[in-house]
Amino acid sequence: MIKLIVILLSAVFINNYVLSRFLGICPFLGVSKKLDSATGMSLAVIFVMLMATAVTYPIQAFLLIPNNLEYLQTIVFILVIAALVQLVEIILKRYIPSLHKSLGVYLPLITTNCAVLGVTILNVQDYPVNETTTFWWGFAESMINSLGSGLGFFLAMVMFSGVRSAIEGNDIPKSFQGLPITLIAAAITSLSFLGFGGIIENIFA
Amino acid sequence: MNTWKNFAKGLIKENPVLVLVLGTCPTLATSTSVINALGMGAAATLVLICSNIVISALRKVIPDKVRIPCYIVLIAGFVTAVQMLVKAFAPALDQSLGIYLPLIVVNCIILGRAEMFANKNKIFDSAIDALGMGIGFTLALFMMATIREIFGNGTFCGFEIPVLIDNKISIMTMAPGGFFVFGLLIAFMNKFAKHKPRKKDFGCEGCPQAESCGKMSCTEKAKEAAVND
Repeated sequence: MIKLIVILLSAVFINNYVLSRFLGICPFLGVSKKLDSATGMSLAVIFVMLMATAVTYPIQAFLLIPNNLEYLQTIVFILVIAALVQLVEIILKRYIPSLHKSLGVYLPLITTNCAVLGVTILNVQDYPVNETTTFWWGFAESMINSLGSGLGFFLAMVMFSGVRSAIEGNDIPKSFQGLPITLIAAAITSLSFLGFGGIIENIFA
Repeated sequence: MNTWKNFAKGLIKENPVLVLVLGTCPTLATSTSVINALGMGAAATLVLICSNIVISALRKVIPDKVRIPCYIVLIAGFVTAVQMLVKAFAPALDQSLGIYLPLIVVNCIILGRAEMFANKNKIFDSAIDALGMGIGFTLALFMMATIREIFGNGTFCGFEIPVLIDNKISIMTMAPGGFFVFGLLIAFMNKFAKHKPRKKDFGCEGCPQAESCGKMSCTEKAKEAAVND
């Protein structure tokens, strides 16, 4: 149980997908201007990450490994994610239109978000099914890791949208306007996350 | 189209990383050392050239409505091939690039060039465009990696540099250094390259999903384009 908590907290703070692993930078820089769109995007990412892991982990364990098809991993995963996102969008549109209204615009954007493909590949790499771990334990670890990664993305997006609203309206040198100053701000935000290094292991040690 | 112009635009004028701002994730993640950066650049360039050639050859066959999934499948196929090549011939590089090698699939540069160039142009032009863009990508990665490795690790391609080796600024090779150097390089491009500073902050030109994207600037642009059509 403690191991699962460690996985969750490490994924949120230490191995933060955006700020220390550099996955999902595009939405981080593109959609973080306003708080509500940042929240919507991150909720959609959490949702898709969990769904994608729930589907790709069994595929890897029961389909690819027994048939020695691990080399097809990249193709299979990206196709599954793309199809899944489409399916989720259609279902949401039909049955939960209010949720579709708030998350819908972000869903197609997520297909090509490297954080989602990244989390599925890292899960099957880091928490594989082998002699010592059963399928369900690996699956639980993967799901917790996906949840933590999604929450970490959410945290980074919300924090950064606050930072960006503070930048706006300042007197910035001309060549730094726009993206450069945003990146410098991201550097400082990511610096603050370095402080979490080593904390989680020591809490539960 | 003038072949040389077509090739050279990817290097500076339309540099995919520093001007179009595509493919930021691998740029930031693999520029910790020069060797990694060159390896990543070479792998992405190879995938880009292959995918551009094939997509350009199939541009009349692929139905417009399902073009994005088709491109993704093609690109994923080439990425798998490159992954296996790297694993077989450069296992050390495979170790250090790790997750970022399969993630070339979702590199916006490759999908962006397919959407912006390869599906409208002849095979030869598309190949030249891919070569230029690939070298531009590698060049940007190389510049970032040089700065980060020299200051962060005191080495260049593994060779130690006197004085700096004893005064490492190790934060440069960590995550914050990546963002910082990238920001400085773009500011430098804005200042000295002959193009106006970007008003908007993010490249939407190559984004195949500009229409469905939540960002106002893109949505407005897509609407304008639709009206103009």
